Amino acid sequence: MSSLLEVRDLEVKFGLRSGDITAIDGVSFELDPGERMGLVGESGAGKSVTGFAIINLISKPGYISRGSIHFEGKEISAYPPDKMRTIRGNRISMIFQDPMMTLNPVYTIGFQMIETLKAHRDISKSQARAIALEKLKLVQMPSPEKRLAQYPHELSGGMRQRIIIAISLLADPAIIIADEPTTALDVTIQAEIMDLLQELCENEKMGLMLITHDLGVVSQVTEKIAVMYAGKIIEYGPTETVVHHPVHPYTIGLIGSIPGSIEPGKDLRQIPGMMPTLTNIPPGCAFNPRCELAADICTRQTPVLEEKQNGIMAACHMK
Amino acid sequence: MKTKLQQFKESYFLYSFRRDMVAMASFVVLVIFLGIAFAAPWISPMNPYDSANIDIMNSEIPPMWMDGGSKEFPLGTDNQGRDMLSTMFYGLRTSIIIGLGAVAIQAAIGIVLGLMAGYLGGKTDAILMRLADIQFSFPYLMVAIFMSAIFQVVFGAGSFEQLAIPLLTIIIGLSNWPMFARTIRASVMGEKNKEYVEAARVIGLPQRIIMFRHILPNALTSVMVISTIQVANAVMSEAALSFLGLGMPVTKPSLGSLIRAGQEYFFSGSWWITVLPGLWLVLFVLVINLLGDWLRDVLNPKLYKG
Amino acid sequence: MTTNHTPLLRVQDVVKHFDISGGFLDQLRFKGGIHLEKTTVKAVNNVSLFVNKGETLSVVGESGCGKSTLARLILGLYRPNSGKIFYDGQRIDTLTHEQWLPYRRKMQMIFQDPYASLNPRKTVRQTLEEPLRFHNPKMTAQEARDKVDFVMEQVGVDPAWIARHPHEFSGGQRQRISIARGLILDPDFIVADEPVSALDVSIQAQILNLLMDLREKHDLTYLFITHDLSVVHHISSRVAVLYLGTLCELASANDLFNEPRHPYTRALLSAIPKVGEKKAKHIKLKGEVPTPVKLPSGCVFHNRCVYARERCKKEFPRLIELSNSTFVSCHGVEEGWPMD
Repeated sequence: MSSLLEVRDLEVKFGLRSGDITAIDGVSFELDPGERMGLVGESGAGKSVTGFAIINLISKPGYISRGSIHFEGKEISAYPPDKMRTIRGNRISMIFQDPMMTLNPVYTIGFQMIETLKAHRDISKSQARAIALEKLKLVQMPSPEKRLAQYPHELSGGMRQRIIIAISLLADPAIIIADEPTTALDVTIQAEIMDLLQELCENEKMGLMLITHDLGVVSQVTEKIAVMYAGKIIEYGPTETVVHHPVHPYTIGLIGSIPGSIEPGKDLRQIPGMMPTLTNIPPGCAFNPRCELAADICTRQTPVLEEKQNGIMAACHMK
Repeated sequence: MKTKLQQFKESYFLYSFRRDMVAMASFVVLVIFLGIAFAAPWISPMNPYDSANIDIMNSEIPPMWMDGGSKEFPLGTDNQGRDMLSTMFYGLRTSIIIGLGAVAIQAAIGIVLGLMAGYLGGKTDAILMRLADIQFSFPYLMVAIFMSAIFQVVFGAGSFEQLAIPLLTIIIGLSNWPMFARTIRASVMGEKNKEYVEAARVIGLPQRIIMFRHILPNALTSVMVISTIQVANAVMSEAALSFLGLGMPVTKPSLGSLIRAGQEYFFSGSWWITVLPGLWLVLFVLVINLLGDWLRDVLNPKLYKG
Repeated sequence: MTTNHTPLLRVQDVVKHFDISGGFLDQLRFKGGIHLEKTTVKAVNNVSLFVNKGETLSVVGESGCGKSTLARLILGLYRPNSGKIFYDGQRIDTLTHEQWLPYRRKMQMIFQDPYASLNPRKTVRQTLEEPLRFHNPKMTAQEARDKVDFVMEQVGVDPAWIARHPHEFSGGQRQRISIARGLILDPDFIVADEPVSALDVSIQAQILNLLMDLREKHDLTYLFITHDLSVVHHISSRVAVLYLGTLCELASANDLFNEPRHPYTRALLSAIPKVGEKKAKHIKLKGEVPTPVKLPSGCVFHNRCVYARERCKKEFPRLIELSNSTFVSCHGVEEGWPMD
């Protein structure tokens, strides 16, 4: 027991004019110190909302309607905003897909890093500068001194993402939540950034929650994987096992539909149809209309996430 | 398959309209204004443009709730003995005709030139936009003075009275087209690099068709927003010109010329001749601007998703 | 570059530079006296390649390598600064708008962004009928309707939805409609510019299967532009690798993936994350990607290449043909430097 982060039965709703819709429906998982976990799913599966929910950054009209988020032994899901700020960006950092979302284009990198540090800690400017430099070195930024004086637009996409990682490391967080950190980057740069994140987690004993649609990236970087579909985790287990012996038909289809998993020129394994929108999730198992195994029970009863084989948890009646 | 009416009933447009009290109230007032302007000849107690109806003995009668007021003239009369209520109805009608006509001219010129500047780019763009800059740096009052002077020389001062409405429409229309041209150009520049335009080019469609049938319909939302604001501006311009004596003649008063005519009597106690048309004008311009603001918020694609 | 038979498409030493220097005032420079200086993006530099009938040639490279520009050059949306483009033996890069029209029927394009590639104000019917009517003015309404229905069925969109607008469809369905528009004129050659990169994995598989299926049914030739190497391996017969607007390597897909020659191709291949494979050590590149505004001298890759020598900095490597009709542009490969 007593993981670093423990999310239990989390539910997030969005209040719309047509009524509340459930974006996250009973999501549970835990993360240990230094552990790297992948949260995988297609767009609209609820993976980003899960990330935002952990640091209580869900914007109106969304709200956490149920469940608990335990972090370092404290229940943080109901923290008021000012108390949350001692955690967010401090103990838990977040990295986004677009570095320019976090970086302010009118200030230098150095200014932004030093300001961030001073906002969280009572230190002098020169101390802050030293820490900033140290973190830039940690992310293997070439000529870090020079970078402090540069503006975000003077750097390439890969460099900016390194800066973002450096900023997220400033407060020595226990967990980094990375939401599609390399989706906007080229493959060669992506490989470098992923190497970096993995090394950091290993060396600094940081937990990593990698939110992405790219199973390839997840399977190389993480130890544990949670596959989301229509707001629920439908498969959860060690990355190695899930990738090689997936249980849930959706995961099987997802892995089969990646080109490269199959002989060139042959038809890819395709999942028919598309993920339901949150406003009309089918009753029973949300995946049943697309599932080749679906039986009567799948349309009536929602499957629960339970232990299946080789330490994999899956939510499926048929397995 | 839904009908257009059903689609409209379920649309975000109607939804946000019904939630916005200001927009709804403005819309109701605007409809009343338009109704009055349209029906002015039938609902006005008298025709103020017909000198046969005017009796100078009735001049400067105060509104009916004041001492000396009469039920015959609910809002009083002006210095020539015309019923204020009727004059305001007719004046509104004139103002709206000129406003809409001027915006139609502005839009027609502005859309074509803006579309060409935005889509063709390069030298065409540079020339058209510099032209717009030059046009903008002339105050429309100056243009109006020149034009009416030229007009009076060419056609003679007598015919001015008959042709005042089309002339004012053209003057105001010509002096404000750069607003439209710039707005359209900006949205065309955003649209023209989208892939659907490239797709049309790959099909081999001629530029004219791409510009007018593919790009223009997608750039029209911005036109709707600025059209409303521009109608208000045109009405104001007309009022200003008339106030300066360059617009509608006193025999066929618009709201501006009414305000001007009453101004001389303001300090002699007959305040209603100026103040009532003034409030009338302010209210009219205000509701248009409020609606325009609301429209801009609703149609802003950054705020409106799906 | 020579071939025995006439390829369907041949691109010969094509160069495209974009002038981004703006107006007169933006060009003014005061360094070393007052003078005007143009800023040009060197998007495509001396690229030569050919596509044979019935094959799928993929053009891969990272962002800013000029692959999309190349696609648009081939379809005449841009004119090359120099070089020649031949379609079926006829030179097409110098044609006027009217002369292009017959080729418009034969060469079509599929776009990346399913949200931007369909005109939001037009129904599916309008989008699909417009090219038909334009190229066949004599076609009756019924004939057009039948053709549209037929093509919609082929791409897997229910013809009953013909009166809908694009916003009523999901991304995958829009991409199908976009493909239908590309097919409606019965083209022989289709340029697909990142047709699946904006889609989710499961939808991506559906679209890739559809594209491969249509290739069989309609005898299509594809020029496939993408940055996703696993997609490339799956669908292409040959692959061209671009870096900073320059062709590095052109080889059959099997040869390229089994035995990449150019150091850049090697680095690129090693960086693909593969599902279920423990991470192999990927090849790290030195330095930063230069901008296409200021290209490096000599081989454009030399400042990032771990094998670069003096010659690479000075001399642009020419494209050489190896025994298995692989084309490589690298001094190291040409001279047989040890590269491991």
